[in-house]
Amino acid sequence: MVRRYSAVFAFALFLVAIQLATLFAGAGYYLTQLTMTAYYSLLTIGLCMLIGYAGQISLGHAGFFAIGGYVSAFLTTCDLTPHKGSALVSLLSKSGVLVFRPGLYGGTLLTVHPWPACVVAILLTVVIAYLVGGPVLKLRGHYLAMATLGFGIIILRIVLGTESLGAADGISDVPGFPLFPGLAISGDSSLRVSNYYMAWGLVILGMVFLLNLVHSRVGRALAAVHGAEDAASAVGIPTARYKLHTFVLSAVFASLAGVLLTHYNGGIGPSEASVMKSVRYVAIVAAGGMANLWGALMMSLVLNYLSLRGYFGTFDDAVFGIILLLIMLFAPDGLLRRHILADLGRMFSRNAAGEEGS
Amino acid sequence: MTLLSVREVSKRFGGLQAVSDLSFDVAGGSIKALIGPNGAGKTTLFNLISGFLQPDSGEIVFGGEEIRKLSSCRIASRGMVRTFQHIRLFPGMTVLENVMVGRHVHSRSGFLAGMLNLPFTWKEERRIREKSLEILELLGIGAFALSEATSLPYGRQRIVEIGRALACEPRLLLLDEPAAGLNMRETGEMGKLIEKIRGMGVTVLLVEHDMSLVMKISDEVVVLSYGKKIAEDRPLSIQKNREVIRVYLGDDQ
Repeated sequence: MVRRYSAVFAFALFLVAIQLATLFAGAGYYLTQLTMTAYYSLLTIGLCMLIGYAGQISLGHAGFFAIGGYVSAFLTTCDLTPHKGSALVSLLSKSGVLVFRPGLYGGTLLTVHPWPACVVAILLTVVIAYLVGGPVLKLRGHYLAMATLGFGIIILRIVLGTESLGAADGISDVPGFPLFPGLAISGDSSLRVSNYYMAWGLVILGMVFLLNLVHSRVGRALAAVHGAEDAASAVGIPTARYKLHTFVLSAVFASLAGVLLTHYNGGIGPSEASVMKSVRYVAIVAAGGMANLWGALMMSLVLNYLSLRGYFGTFDDAVFGIILLLIMLFAPDGLLRRHILADLGRMFSRNAAGEEGS
Repeated sequence: MTLLSVREVSKRFGGLQAVSDLSFDVAGGSIKALIGPNGAGKTTLFNLISGFLQPDSGEIVFGGEEIRKLSSCRIASRGMVRTFQHIRLFPGMTVLENVMVGRHVHSRSGFLAGMLNLPFTWKEERRIREKSLEILELLGIGAFALSEATSLPYGRQRIVEIGRALACEPRLLLLDEPAAGLNMRETGEMGKLIEKIRGMGVTVLLVEHDMSLVMKISDEVVVLSYGKKIAEDRPLSIQKNREVIRVYLGDDQ
């Protein structure tokens, strides 16, 4: 347990070091992409739990990200002023669910406060994840991949085809998310440093939760389900339920990432729901070594950052496709193998044993 | 007292009647063996009893409760645990961790408690670990607790699998060919182990091809042929049963 938390602490120090480095280099603008990277990382570690530990693939997690982002964006931008007279609206308004805020083009808007919007987005995600996961997780291998891919495509088409969700333009003018009094998740450049720390603080919190889970009774059961499902079920592990719970958990991570990134960016577009986004997340988890939360986090940090800074140019999606292809072909255990040192050690000791003639 | 009662159970796969109208009882505290030539339906029967397959008709009553409709994991949590003909250990886990998974039904911390690392889970983890180590010692494989389970020799992997099943503290243990792939010495040890497990108050039902083992340890033997029961008796009588001899050796004309 000490080792688990000291790694988290070291990572926190690393993040502080990055912030200080940008401060002294006078390159504070790097923090914007780093903050966005944090939210994508939140999704990635959740997906890593599902793929790496529970052994279930999902090619539809951009869909859950989009559900979170779009629901929150829609509720916090949809102007209810025309319905002010209705009983429901005035009741919601009195209970503090609705707030007035200045609109982009003057005037005031009556919209849902980001907190209840976030709660609605997450709850809706949970419901959808249970409804989709229930039947879909009965499938295995390619079939599961295709079914989740189908789910992702459905969400993308819904987003693209719905006028009130902005169709191809997406939703803009999404307000900041007041996390604590005086601290809001928003793209305002004066809040850049605090947003960087809030975003990564959340990732660290998520990491601690998932690392705890991996080392718990449930984590052991998930590893058993992944390793030999029938044997796990023969010793009393409800395999279907555990897979479903992990699916929902990872969907919530994705959805929360979607909500917060949307408030940070001030909007969301249909590209966030695209299939290539889902492929990208899987590629990152694969590059990190599947059952390796730290690997997924590190790969997410590097690859998302490079992508957001535009290093891959117009080949962005192609790069992630190629990464996935190369990983599957040449390094199915990922680039950052947890046991790489142990393996090297074993290799040397085997050679040594061979020389002794045993 | 009857612990398990199989009543007129049938199972058909397409054109093959794998098990037909089969009935037998397993008395609590006994060792019962299921034998029969290849394809007699022994493994199918095991899958039916342990909930991995649903019978087409018939009843399976375990501890006074009809379990025919229950899933395999529910059946396990009611105290019936099986092993597999082809050893199914969890790869990438140590021997100890494999056995610790077997404590699942006797512990309760869920997703939330696990994520938050609540203090009660520490205590539970410690109890799981202690109990699992105890089982490993009992089986004489305590020294391998921290080895990767799938790297052990075959015979020891079988014992780990039995250890994992015992960690569930079953009332009935189903062993699917526990001596398959073992040499004579290991088979002898397996026999002693099974008797030791019975001594702990666990009822054992096994499928086995090794006749020396079956005849030595079982209280009763059920003989299957083409999905039907052709004999059920004590080992000595089974050895003299004409029908059984005919099924195993063929007609002498």
